[in-house]
Amino acid sequence: MNFDDTPQEAEFRAIARAWLDANAPKELEADLKKSGFASMNVGGRDPIQVSKAWQKKKQEAGWACLHWPKEYGGRGATPIERVIWGQEEGVFGALSGTFTIGHGMCGPTIMAWASEEHKRRLLPPMASGEHIWCQLFSEPAGGSDLAGLRTRAEQDASGDWIINGQKIWTSGAQHSDYGILITRTDPNVPKHKGLTMFWLDMKSPGVEVRPIKQANGQSSFNEVYFTDVRIPDDQRLGAVGDGWKVSLTTLMNERLSIGSGMPTGFPELFDYCMNLQTMDGPAIDDAAVRSRLAQYAVKASGLKYTGMRAISALSKGETPGPENSIGKLVAGATMQDLAMFALDLQGQAGVLNGEDQPEAASRFQAMLLRSPATRVEGGTDEILRNIIAERVLGLPGDIRVDKDVAFKDIPTSGRS
Amino acid sequence: MNFDFSDEQKQLRDEARRFLADRCPTTAVRAVLEGPEPYDRALWKGLAEMGFLGAAIPEEFGGVGLGHLELCVIAEELGRALAPVPMASSIYLAAEFLMAAGSEAQKREWLPKLASGEAIGTFALAEGVGRVTEGGLKASVAGGKLSGVKVPVPDGDIADLAVVAARSGGQVGLFLVDLNGPGVSREAVDSIDPSRSQARITFDGAPADPLGAAGEGWSLAAEVMDRAAVLVAFEQVGGADRALEMGRDYALERMAFGRQIGSFQAIKHMLADMYVSATLARSNAYYGAWALSTGSPELPVAAATARVSATDAFQHCAKNNIQVHGGMGFTWAFDCHLFYRRSNALALGLGSKSTWEDLLIDRLRKRNEAPAAA
Repeated sequence: MNFDDTPQEAEFRAIARAWLDANAPKELEADLKKSGFASMNVGGRDPIQVSKAWQKKKQEAGWACLHWPKEYGGRGATPIERVIWGQEEGVFGALSGTFTIGHGMCGPTIMAWASEEHKRRLLPPMASGEHIWCQLFSEPAGGSDLAGLRTRAEQDASGDWIINGQKIWTSGAQHSDYGILITRTDPNVPKHKGLTMFWLDMKSPGVEVRPIKQANGQSSFNEVYFTDVRIPDDQRLGAVGDGWKVSLTTLMNERLSIGSGMPTGFPELFDYCMNLQTMDGPAIDDAAVRSRLAQYAVKASGLKYTGMRAISALSKGETPGPENSIGKLVAGATMQDLAMFALDLQGQAGVLNGEDQPEAASRFQAMLLRSPATRVEGGTDEILRNIIAERVLGLPGDIRVDKDVAFKDIPTSGRS
Repeated sequence: MNFDFSDEQKQLRDEARRFLADRCPTTAVRAVLEGPEPYDRALWKGLAEMGFLGAAIPEEFGGVGLGHLELCVIAEELGRALAPVPMASSIYLAAEFLMAAGSEAQKREWLPKLASGEAIGTFALAEGVGRVTEGGLKASVAGGKLSGVKVPVPDGDIADLAVVAARSGGQVGLFLVDLNGPGVSREAVDSIDPSRSQARITFDGAPADPLGAAGEGWSLAAEVMDRAAVLVAFEQVGGADRALEMGRDYALERMAFGRQIGSFQAIKHMLADMYVSATLARSNAYYGAWALSTGSPELPVAAATARVSATDAFQHCAKNNIQVHGGMGFTWAFDCHLFYRRSNALALGLGSKSTWEDLLIDRLRKRNEAPAAA
């Protein structure tokens, strides 16, 4: 049992480190380190521009989308090399956030389902950051019940598909050049069977992106409206009616995104409690504070070492086990609870956000207001528990009352 | 990176699991819980013959000379099986004390007997209700004779040797005491988990042989408790997994309202949360195992982390296993209470969870304040 690199891993790490030493955008390092929770600090520069510049530089030297084949702009690297790269890229990895949806979800879906011609056309500029991609899945009526989505795609006489409807919670749509889109092509069959996937140009006529003002006041998600948007049939991914199967390719790829680990806020809270002076001395001397800190500590540590177990599996060429499914479930709830606790320690001043709040402490206010989203996005806590219960523990799926009902006959309101 | 057990260690775990499935079904746990025997003597002998007791004891002292990672995988299986034997007292504590600080003569005298199961050792620390503190110990040694009362002493009724923490010359020292010798009287005491025994021992001028350097007793005790905490964490992880499996199996089998109860989200989510805490605990226990087996300076942090996390997980899984079983879970006939009892006994055995939470924070603080290690 050890945390050491194999000789091959050490060699790869040395090559990565040397390239980063010579090429990383060091001028951004100090600002990036000051990044708050869920917001990247690039010192007033244009975040998209600096992200694209770094991605392009990486891609030209073969350090973008490491796990993709070379012909599509990647490096053909092994999963463990991808993890090592992430460790070495460190703080500069935050600059990849803009491309995460594209590289992690859209890319693999295109790779699995698009024509060879389209793959060669679409993937290299996705890898290099020239094109930003988004994933158009969730809808007002299709969140956890994704297959309940209502955006329609209808084929006209020319063979093109005409899209009408609305997507929501689309990260980065306002910056995106392309997207993958799941639609309903047949409302007369049960809901999972009438779906079809496409890729589209986000600049197509009839696509309108509207930022959502979130509960925390920020706008990182969007609504996307489609009004008679035309998509050629050759941009269909998979067969008509196979959209659900195609979407699973996208979602399964999330499982392989290992190594970075979800933040819990624990190191920040620990530092804060070491330094916070109360009437009775440092907060960390208080028994109640210590007990709470210990509870957060073992969760943060448990996530860290669960990640190490997954990396070890990759290092041995094995597929990581199901234990990685706990990450977001633990991190989201921990962070929300921890943020409330940090504010509690501040007494009445915990309510303050602005300049009366020391810089280091105010991140807990931001964390508090943002954390409800972590427990919902990318699978709610409840959906994640269902997944663990069904796929890991082998418990039965929910009894689905809409399973054998044509989509058009499924009730849409609880009051009738 | 290889943050995992080796194939050989996994084979040893499988071997231990097969052995315990055969020799320690829950009926064997019940026999001790309900009967007059303080532990399962035949199982103890079998564990010795398999080389499990001496796994981490060097060959020159009668052990098998493997290592602590091997002992960790054995501990996990003993925890799964709720083995009613004095493993923690005799091997994780007494033998570890001897290996950490015993003189050549002390090691020669006791380690071979502990490895063979011929003698049982224990650690006598607590003196009644309340947290044990360095300043609070009352037992004392003067002129080589120990006096005082220790309660509870795990396996104190069956042990032949005790490592005893006692005051001596104004400091806390550790002493080896032959429990079959003069000046020792003892009685078994009732506990929440009668599948393991507890005793009150009264020392009245018992001959006490110093263990380790004078004045270093408290720090030595802390060091060995850390080692034991990692091993007990593996027992807890094993117990947590088994309780989760029991709950899962019952949720699949039991029908109510015309369906498997495992199809209700209230039950599924409870079991998913049990899986989450068991997984966190396992990963933290691996961290402890790594620190224990490599002699890392991180052991104090890793041991406290493993201990707190494993205590949480086993208590969580054992109590919710009863909840999944509903009323049947509260019958004497179902095995759920065996896990519930053991999970709570283990949570207290090496010092309560709040004690370890405190230690964890002290140690994290010390690590944060220390100049960055290389």
